[in-house]
Formats: sequence, structure tokens, C-alpha cells
Amino acid sequence: MKDNRILWRGELTTRRTLYKRGFGYLSSGFLWLMIFLLVPSILFIAVSFATRGEWGDLVWKFTWENYQRFFGFGYFGWAPDTLLIMLRSIIVGFVTTLISVIFSYPLSFFIASRPPRSRYFWLTVVIIPFWTNMVIRTYAWFYLLDPALPLAKLAAFFGIIPEGMPLYPNEFAVYLGMVSVFLPFVTLPLYSSVEKLDWSLVEAAQDLYSSRIRVFMQAILPQTIPGLGVGIILTFVPAMATFVVPDLLGGAKYMLIGNLIQQQFDSSRDWPYGAAVSMGLMVLTMISLQIYTRGGKEIEIL
Amino acid sequence: MKKKQPVIKALALFTIWFLYVPLLGVAVCSFNSAKDGFIWKGFTLQWYVKLFSNDWILTCAWNTLVLALVSTAIATVMGTVLAYGMNRFPWGRKTNSFLNMILNIPIVIPDIIMAGALVVVFSLMRIFSDIFRMGMIDMIIGHVTFQLAFVALVVRSRLTLIGSDVEEAARDLFADNWYLMRKVMIPLMMPGIVAGAMLAFTLSLDDFVISFFLAGPDSQTLPLYIYAAVRRGVTPQIHALSTLVVFVTVLLVIGIERLSKKNEVSLTE
Amino acid sequence: MKTENKKNLIIQDVEKSFDSVHVLKKVNQVINSGEFFTLLGPSGCGKTTLLRIIAGLEIPTSGKIILGNEDITPLPASKRQINMVFQSYALFPHLTIYENVAFGLRSRKINPDEIKRRVENGLEMLVLGEMRDRLPSQLSGGQKQRVALARALVNEPDILLLDEPMSALDAKLRAQVQEDLRNLQRKLGTTFILVTHDQNEALVCSDRIAVMDNGHIVQCGSPEEVYDYPCSKYVAEFLGAANMITAKRAEGGVDTEFGFFYLDRMPDWNEGLITIRPEWIKISETKPERNGLYATVDDSVYRGTNFDLLLSPGNLRVRTSSYKHFQPGDKIWLELTASDLVALGE
Repeated sequence: MKDNRILWRGELTTRRTLYKRGFGYLSSGFLWLMIFLLVPSILFIAVSFATRGEWGDLVWKFTWENYQRFFGFGYFGWAPDTLLIMLRSIIVGFVTTLISVIFSYPLSFFIASRPPRSRYFWLTVVIIPFWTNMVIRTYAWFYLLDPALPLAKLAAFFGIIPEGMPLYPNEFAVYLGMVSVFLPFVTLPLYSSVEKLDWSLVEAAQDLYSSRIRVFMQAILPQTIPGLGVGIILTFVPAMATFVVPDLLGGAKYMLIGNLIQQQFDSSRDWPYGAAVSMGLMVLTMISLQIYTRGGKEIEIL
Repeated sequence: MKKKQPVIKALALFTIWFLYVPLLGVAVCSFNSAKDGFIWKGFTLQWYVKLFSNDWILTCAWNTLVLALVSTAIATVMGTVLAYGMNRFPWGRKTNSFLNMILNIPIVIPDIIMAGALVVVFSLMRIFSDIFRMGMIDMIIGHVTFQLAFVALVVRSRLTLIGSDVEEAARDLFADNWYLMRKVMIPLMMPGIVAGAMLAFTLSLDDFVISFFLAGPDSQTLPLYIYAAVRRGVTPQIHALSTLVVFVTVLLVIGIERLSKKNEVSLTE
Repeated sequence: MKTENKKNLIIQDVEKSFDSVHVLKKVNQVINSGEFFTLLGPSGCGKTTLLRIIAGLEIPTSGKIILGNEDITPLPASKRQINMVFQSYALFPHLTIYENVAFGLRSRKINPDEIKRRVENGLEMLVLGEMRDRLPSQLSGGQKQRVALARALVNEPDILLLDEPMSALDAKLRAQVQEDLRNLQRKLGTTFILVTHDQNEALVCSDRIAVMDNGHIVQCGSPEEVYDYPCSKYVAEFLGAANMITAKRAEGGVDTEFGFFYLDRMPDWNEGLITIRPEWIKISETKPERNGLYATVDDSVYRGTNFDLLLSPGNLRVRTSSYKHFQPGDKIWLELTASDLVALGE
């Protein structure tokens, strides 16, 4: 009796029927992602090889120019402006993530040490800024960095900035903004690992090692790697690619890769170049993800 | 944790203070009747009142809400269907990892790249139909694209908790495909669907970059308005608006947490 | 509650392979209407697979399942008048107990009054009335099992299948439930097919037991038949403790390393095994007239209701009631009566 019926979760049917039905379910979402994600991405890559017309329009003429510019080979010799911006973005992303991680650990430990009832409260306290709009959280620093307030006055006192000037726009303000925006991105996943920590291992380590740092490295860090990993990947790439924070707090001269891209779609009207720079950012993203997955973790963010 | 660590507590509290102090500053300003906010001239609600008579702000708020509701509705339906399709059918391992990868792209990709790509695509589509001019439709499409992935992942993780023996039991009790779906699968998926929808909703309300790139003159949202306004110069009105937005966020967060607690149908023995 | 259908279930030449694993090998069996039939065997012997094939949750690689006059092999589970109690109970977590029990009736759009009547009846019969509005998560293991039973039985199936229903229950509850199940089946008259690895369960509940090994039914018969007259070493040892003695055929009995023993039923082999249950070996004050064996006590194991004595030679196990106390080293006479010795098949 050779037939192609199968039993799938209690249903008597054929493989073909199942596949057809399955495709049906997948089709709408898949189609959507095809049209509005994959095709645009491919198009975008194609645009990065196109030329900018005289009035900022798009001319479909193949050129390497955008990538040449990206790597700094312009009309006047080698001027790796864009590469420097990329480097700056990486550094900002890295430092932001680092500072966020450093402060997330005590915060996670603190919350984990609360009695179970109030943990929920403290988590909500961290979640609220997490969900608050980035624009609001960023511009709110204008207030604190205003010359009338102590922070700016302190900086003026030390001669870092002229008297009467606000403590922005500058790099310091950008870092302040970035950390305040991205810190919860690290804290929340890290906390989920810290919550499950086996403290008996930590106590054992405390008996073995006199140095606090060694206790941390040997007993705490390894156990928190899953949450830490997720936190880092959720922070580093978006931090590199932000443009709101450097735009508001860094000023026109302080550019990160996000600002550069945004500029091409705004005032500069140079879509091909914007696409090329985006590809550069994309490559950076891919590399970061590779490093992350090499460490053995699957990208399971949810 | 047995030992009380004052250093850790201090650091933690400092961090929390650090996160909130800018927002508190804004809030204080919003109630200050002084225009520049640094000298306390008395409590007032005038800035808030002015908000409600500002038509433009009200329009932006409305746009933000409509955008979030419409995109969430679309994304939730599509994402749920997609999640079901991924989880409940005998796909091979290769197909599964392919689908997984596609689903992860919108989550991992920096939003500015997605925004740029969408700008390009819409400019092309504009040639065929005017629907794709810069505006609400573009923004909805943009939002749905990333919300879809989030919803699908949340619903799918819920689906993995629903074992196949419940399905087999339903079949044994004479259920056909439609009855099984309607009376068993959807109710069991519901907490996941609701969680996914709430996540999508919050992501949409919060979005800046995609809206920024795709908005048209008559489809500005609140984040865009605030951004444009603070670049011109901060006014107490803006502070009032921001404080209001933060307040609504707080309500949303608490509301969502309450809702998700109620929805807990235990699937584990 | 039962109808007058007298449908027998015929399992005809059923085979099942999963990929390259041959799980069921040409199974043939008739299960009579109204009997409590048990498939007994260790894990991996194919008993659950066979049950699922009957339920319609697996397709046999070849063979047929015939219910009454109808070949139900091509029917999906949802079209078979057979219901199952799953090992995990598989209760719908989002429905109340009442709704769980009513599920199979509502899915067939049976008249609401009829549904109410049957569900109330079922709840009462399984003592679930108080829990009708609760959710499965609020119930204990034993209660969940009763819900699963009620949920299946209200549909008045021709056959009720039970997949290791007691595995999640603790020992004391298990014993009670086994008897309750037996009584329930007798009261309803529905054919029950039970799958278990617990031989006590099989012996308590069943009208007939089919002992399975590696995809085959090795022996099928009433509990007494299978216990008293196992056909092979495998069956004998699966059903309980059994003493094994190698023997050679002789005139009127067999020759063994302990001497000659008379047998009431002669084997058809020349060399093989004979067996006797620990509780049938008699302890004698003096040397028995026939079939005696002088043995030394190695150890005694207290079992509450009795002692197990372990003796040499032959690693024999004898079960004796507790008022007799034996110490290691005691030498006693055993009698292995001819009527109690069983010659095992090949």
C-alpha cells in the first residue's frame, strides 16, 4: 500500500497538502519582507554604485566613485574623512557599550539583591527610560549642561570651556547622552542572567581568591555571559549607528556615521554616497555579529 | 546575595539617578512659570494648557497614535500568521535556518540603513503610484517591516511551548482544522500575540529614525516635532510636551505589565 | 451509558517502521468487544505505537485496523469512534474542566441539552462535580487523570485507549486508581485498551494481557494464564519473579542439576527451561516424597507481607509468609510440586 499520506500532529494528510498550507501561512509575511526589506536592500546596494546627478537626482550610471570616496580617494589625494568618521563611530560605540556594561553590573546586582516583590518595581524603574523616546532623553541633557547649572560652571572653572557657554555641543556631551540612552539596553538582558546566578559558586570563589577582581572574573562573569552577550550586541551596533544623539549633543562638526548617512539623504542629496557609506556600516555590523556568534552564541534576542 | 555591599548599592543608585536626572530636569522646567527654567518662579500648568490649544501638536500626536495603531494591527496579524507557518509545519533544517535568518534581519540591521533603503525603494515606487509619496503610508510600511519580525519572534517562542499532544488530543476529540485553530491554537497563542502586539506598539511610538526619513509634511509625528522644535530652541512648552510623553510612557509600561500578568495561562505542568 | 454495538477490533498484519527502525513486526490480534485488554511490555517494544495506530495518530507501514465490519485504517483520528487518554493527559489548559469534558461533544455540534446531560453524567461518574469551573493547572495529578477519562468517555466511543495513564501518579494512588479503572470498565462495558509497562497494573485491571517484545505480541491470554503458564522466559520474568532451572527431558519429567523432577505437563523440547513462581515453592519440614530439593538459605528479604528467601543451589527465590523466620545458613527442604512447574517454550 504505497501512498504518500502522513500523520502530522494528529492530522491525516499528504506532505504536499501540508507544504502548500505552510507556504500559505508564510506567504504574506515572507512576501512583505521580500518587497520591503530584501528588494530595497538589493536596490540600495545597487544605488551605491550609481552616480549623483547635478541637482541631487539619481543617475543610473555605474561608478566606483562612491566607494573610492568612502575610502578617502577623492580629488585632492587621500583624505580619509569617512574612514575617520567610521573609526570615531566604532570608538563611540565601544566606549558607550563599555561604560554601560561597567555600570550595569552593580545595577543588576542591586536589583537581584532586592526582595522579590520590590524587584519588579526596580525593573520597572529601569524599563521606563528604556521605553522613553530617545529624542526626549537626549535633548533633556540641554538642561543639565546649560551654563546656569553647576556642571557647566565646573567645566568653565577648570578652563575646559569658556565661561557662560553650555557644556554642549561637544564630545563629552555626546558620551553622556549615549550612555544615558543605551545603558538600559545592557542592563535588562544582563539582569536576566544575573537573576539566575548561582551565588554558591561566587561564595566558593570568595573563599579561594582574595582579589575581588578575580572573584568577578572567575565566578560571576562566566555565568553572566549569555545576558551580557545579548546586551552588548543590542547596544554596540545601534550605538555606532545613532544619529540623534551626536546630532543634538555633538553639533554640526561632530559627525558619526549615522549623521553622515543622514546628511546624504537630506542636505547633501547624495543618495549613492549615502548608500555606499551605509554599506560600510552594514559590513561593520556583519563583522560585529560574526564576532558575537563566533563566541558560540546564537542570535536569539527574544 | 548575603553580604550587603554599600558600594554596589551606591553605584546602582547613582546609575538610576543618572538615567532619571535629565528627565526630572525637564519635568521641573515644565511646571516652572519662568520661561528659562533656571529660577523657580512658581508652579504653573500654563505650558500644558497651551499644548492643548496647539493644533499642530495635536495633529502630530494624532498621527503618532494612528501610525502606531495601524502598523501594529497589520504587523500583529502578519507576524502571527508567519510565526505559525514557521513553527507548525515540517520544514527541513535548512529551510528553518533560512527563515530564521530572514526574520532576524530587521532586528539586527541599524534602523538608519533600513530607512535609507526604504527611501530609495519608495522613490522608485512613486513612479508607479502616488500612494508612495513621503507620508503616512510609507511610514506605516516602514514600521510594519520591523514590527513584523518582532511579533513573529514573540509569537513563535510562545508556540514552541504549546506541545503537539494538545493538538493530537483535539483531533482525537473530533476537531477539524478550523475548530482546532479557533478553539485551541489561537486561544493558546493569545498571550504571545498580545505580548507581540504591545511590543510592536511601543516600538512604533518610540521610533524616530524611520519616521524621520519617510515622513511627509502632513504626517509629522511627536518625536519628529520635538526634534525639530529643540533644534530651534527649547521652550517650556516642549518640556511640558516631553513630560507628558514620559508620563504616558510610564502609564503604558505599567499597563502592559499588568496586562501581561493577567494573561498568563500556564502551559507548563 | 453504553450502546449495544458489539464491535470487535481486529489488528491485521500491522507493521510500522520509523525511518529504518522496524518498530512493529506483523502484529495480528483480535480484541473483543467489552473486554479490558492490556498491551504489556518494556519501553521500546512498540506498545504505544500500536495504540497510536489504533487511535489514528500514526499510519501503519502496512496492515489494517478493522473495527466491527469497517476497515478504519484510512480514517483520520477525528473520524474514528475511538478516544484516548494521553499519558500527559493533554488537557486544554485554557478551558475549564467542564469545557474540557464537553470538547468532543461541542466539536461535533451535538445538541446543547444532550451535551449538558452527558457532561454532567460524566463529571458525576468520575467525581469531578466540584471542579467543573476550575482550570487544569489547579488540579492534582489524579484529578487530571479523571478529567481525561471523562473527556474521552462522554463521547461514548467504541473503544477507549489509555496510554500509560498511571505513570504520573504516586504508588499508593496508583493502586487505588487501578481498581477504580477496572470497576469503571466493568460498569460501562466499553472496550478498554491499556498500554503499560507495569505488570501489576496489567494483572489487576485486565481481562486479557498481550505481552509484547520488540514489536511482536509474544503471548496473549488472561492474567492467570499469562502469569501461571508463561510461554517463554521473557514473559515469565516480565510478569513477576520466576525461578529458572535448566532441564533435560526425561521419562515422566525432567533432569536438572538438582535432580529429577516430575512434571504434569511435559515439554516438547529435549533441553530447555522450567520455571516456578517463588510463592509456589513449598517449604517442608521433612524430605518431600517427590520433587524435593535440599537447599541452604543465603539471605532473606523482608517484604512486609512476607519474606523472600534466597537459596542455593540454583539461586532460588522462595516466598514465604512472615511467621516463619529463617536465618542465613539454615538448611531446609523445598518441594517443587509437579503441577506448579512450568516448561517454557523455545
